[in-house]
Amino acid sequence: MIADRINAATRRVPSWTLYILSPLPALWWLWQGLTGGLGVEPIKALEHALGEFALQLLVVGLCITPLRRFAGVNLLRFRRAVGLIAFFYVLLHLLVWLVLDVQIPAQIWADIVKRPYITVGMAGFALLIPLALSSNNLSVRRLGGLRWRQLHRLTYAAVLLGALHFVMLAKGFQIEPLVYLIAVLGLLALRLPALDTMSRRRLRG
Amino acid sequence: MALRWKGTLKDRDVTDEALWLNRRALLGGAAGLGLMGIAGGARAAEGDLEPNSWEEITSYNNYYEFGTGKDDPARYAERLTIAPWTVRIDGLVDRPGDYAFEDILSKMTLEERLYRFRCVEAWSMVVPWTGFELADLLELAGVQSSAKYVAFETVLNRDEMPGTAYRVLDWPYVEGLRLDEAMHPLTIMATGIYGKDIPKQNGAPLRLVVPWKYGFKSIKSVVRITLTDSEPPTAWNKANAREYGFYSNVNPEVSHPRWSQATERRIGGGLFAARQDTLPFNGYGDEVAGLYAGMDLSTYF
Repeated sequence: MIADRINAATRRVPSWTLYILSPLPALWWLWQGLTGGLGVEPIKALEHALGEFALQLLVVGLCITPLRRFAGVNLLRFRRAVGLIAFFYVLLHLLVWLVLDVQIPAQIWADIVKRPYITVGMAGFALLIPLALSSNNLSVRRLGGLRWRQLHRLTYAAVLLGALHFVMLAKGFQIEPLVYLIAVLGLLALRLPALDTMSRRRLRG
Repeated sequence: MALRWKGTLKDRDVTDEALWLNRRALLGGAAGLGLMGIAGGARAAEGDLEPNSWEEITSYNNYYEFGTGKDDPARYAERLTIAPWTVRIDGLVDRPGDYAFEDILSKMTLEERLYRFRCVEAWSMVVPWTGFELADLLELAGVQSSAKYVAFETVLNRDEMPGTAYRVLDWPYVEGLRLDEAMHPLTIMATGIYGKDIPKQNGAPLRLVVPWKYGFKSIKSVVRITLTDSEPPTAWNKANAREYGFYSNVNPEVSHPRWSQATERRIGGGLFAARQDTLPFNGYGDEVAGLYAGMDLSTYF
């Protein structure tokens, strides 16, 4: 079965390999931006590349539990790494926006409160902060498994806000951001209690 | 009547990019030595403008009929058939009809205009256009006294325009000007950049350029011009009336709902380019502010 093969192939891959590899896309885009590879407006290109990659990682993170439930593919051991790397890409996206794009502190604050798509994006980022801070074994022990899991359901809201942020900044009617939003909504729907208990029953049965 | 508007630099007809930049350096050096008084009487502040490079102007475009990515037009616009090309001029004109592009060109006086170009997305360029005044073209067709507005339409050839597979906008792209805006000597139909034929991604074979308005008003690849007595619909206004008004004059005081218009970034400054202040009417206030006397520009944005 494919699921078994994937499980066997990834069993020996330590999750730290993801952390080692994670800076490579950012460094590649930075290099491209400095050497003209991102075109004549590298600031926006870098900002968009980082933001979209962050959203993709968040979507990957949302896939891990359903993959195990519905397909038997177990990638749970990579979930923390995927989530943390996604957080760092959101942070880089935000920093490029602050430092290279907007540049003017007074305008940054005005944008956050006045521009709904930025408000939504910032809210999503804010929700990710406690999750990143508690993504360690010590926090799981301190909070206890149940409370830790409850806290980390904030991911759902954060990813939804991220996808919404993308939809809201598009000019005109564009397909790509809507595809992300629909994917996120679908992945969140898989968490609805009805589907959830159904899948558990099936696995137990 | 061509050549109504005089920039501070003259005789630039059909100058290629290398010569342009070379002469700019000479002028700059001469000015630095105090041998020339370039600043005196500069209109539309043309004297301090440095044009963007050919590569910048032709690789970073918004032309959604070819895709929403900035590099999509440069990638896909080559497919567009631009010869033969006719412009239908109709509505409230004395001589309505299909005007062949070559016939139009043969009757127009081409001149170079170095204009700031400000996109509603808060980036900007400086473009050395070649073109003719729209007023001359309208006079060719004979504007009737009842005409109050001018409507424009972009070519819609779905086979050659992959972006039109998606209803990003209500195709074809349409734009409009009030007649006095259209007749203003700053308003041109551009047919070239740096003295070369205008590339397809920039709106070949002829496009509108209205330098004091956001770039989306300067409609590309025009196939139809209609004189009307009522305000014509415009593509972005139809898509989102709250964000894109009919006038869309560059105005640092009036924010786009999703981003500030107070500043802009010149294309070409690299990863650490600083923002600069956006000028009212994109720096052409002396010439055009009078067109809007008595109008509340935050209402008529």
